[in-house]
Amino acid sequence: MSGKYQKVAYYPGCALEGSGHAYNRSTKAVGKKLGLDLVELKNWNCCGAMEVKNIDPKIQTYLSARNLSIAEDMGFDTVMAPCNGCYHNLKKAEYDLENDEASREVNSRLSGKAGHNTYESGKVETIHALDWIKHSVGEEGIKDRVKNSLKGLKVANYYGCMYTRPRHIFPEKDKGPGSESTSKPHFMDELLAAAGAENVDYPLKTACCGGAHALSDSDTSTKLVLNLLTTAEACGADVIATECPTCHTGLEMHQIRAEKVLGRKTSVKILYFTQLLGMAMGLSPKAVGVHENFSDSMSLIKEKKLA
Amino acid sequence: MTDSARMSIDDVTVRAEELIGSSDEVLARDAAGIAAELLAMGEDILAAWHEAKGAVPTGEKTEGFRLLALHRQGARGNPSFNACRETCREIVYHHNLVLHDPEASDVAHTIRLGAMVVNHLALFVGGKLQEAGLGDFCCSSRPLRQSETSNPATETV
Repeated sequence: MSGKYQKVAYYPGCALEGSGHAYNRSTKAVGKKLGLDLVELKNWNCCGAMEVKNIDPKIQTYLSARNLSIAEDMGFDTVMAPCNGCYHNLKKAEYDLENDEASREVNSRLSGKAGHNTYESGKVETIHALDWIKHSVGEEGIKDRVKNSLKGLKVANYYGCMYTRPRHIFPEKDKGPGSESTSKPHFMDELLAAAGAENVDYPLKTACCGGAHALSDSDTSTKLVLNLLTTAEACGADVIATECPTCHTGLEMHQIRAEKVLGRKTSVKILYFTQLLGMAMGLSPKAVGVHENFSDSMSLIKEKKLA
Repeated sequence: MTDSARMSIDDVTVRAEELIGSSDEVLARDAAGIAAELLAMGEDILAAWHEAKGAVPTGEKTEGFRLLALHRQGARGNPSFNACRETCREIVYHHNLVLHDPEASDVAHTIRLGAMVVNHLALFVGGKLQEAGLGDFCCSSRPLRQSETSNPATETV
């Protein structure tokens, strides 16, 4: 155990209070089990998500900067965001404030109007839930706590797009051994392998699921997701592990839609990586929110003796 | 493959589905040939994209592959195209895996996965031709009204 990230500020973001609540529940449960402290940001706001960012990225930068400012005011130098969208947006804000004078000016002006401190780049580090577990307890820490090994469970690890793209907003990645890769991410693979899972070589781990277009162009999203699901099955996966609420919900919803609209049924299960880790460490399916998923994976969980 | 024999994106999807559904025997019979075909299908998808955008698809190679050069050409000035960067590299990887050992016992499986990756590229690029914003959110952070927001006079704050 490195001792890093033992106590961090926690930014759940909007999705984890709604469609991704199972991710919120399982992240907190896993943190507690690992003896890690999460302190939720007080009065946090939307990160700017896709809606604001696509209309005016400087307002998105401000919205994310306000969250970083709250973390700083609470005395934290690290904020953990499990949602890929939130994580990406906080990273992007950090990059913009470091590199773009106009973004700094807008952030300063809006922070002044709102009456809070202006966040300056470099004060707070943004990390993902994968970084948090990987660098706090690591694989050895997971191995030590495994009660129900994931042995025999074949997992396709799906990272989605925003965890690695665009590369320039993730300066800590692609730094060689020990760092995450933007072209072949592996942190989730390593953590689940430590819990006993057998990871399959999944060639679409960062491929587009059409998530941002789930409503505006549902058919494209459904076809993209169906290909993700069938490829996972062709790889022999029992389950797709996710680390993003948008991806997770998209996979679940379009799995149902693919059956209804295209007549293509797939049976691969979809679980958050925190749910798999939690159950491997002896937490019940309910404690990690399996009942909150749309996709029913209880048969697999029972078959693999994780419940 | 000559330009006249080029496949449309729809044709690529049909052929990819056909390969995915083929028996191991059929796939293993001419593994190297099918691997080359899959690579060409990837090139055809990106060439179709460039032509639809009024560009001439490059004939150059990057890291030994035209597919990767075509991807770079597409991503230039359009970072959202990077949503298929790894997909293109996976196509090359599966092509190389097959050529490395066309007699391997799992070669049919490798080809089938390669066809699924090609299918994903066809779906993404085909989807992007209908909905240009596909991939914008994750890869480029490009706002929908970039020209307006890049002008301080029209900024909304």
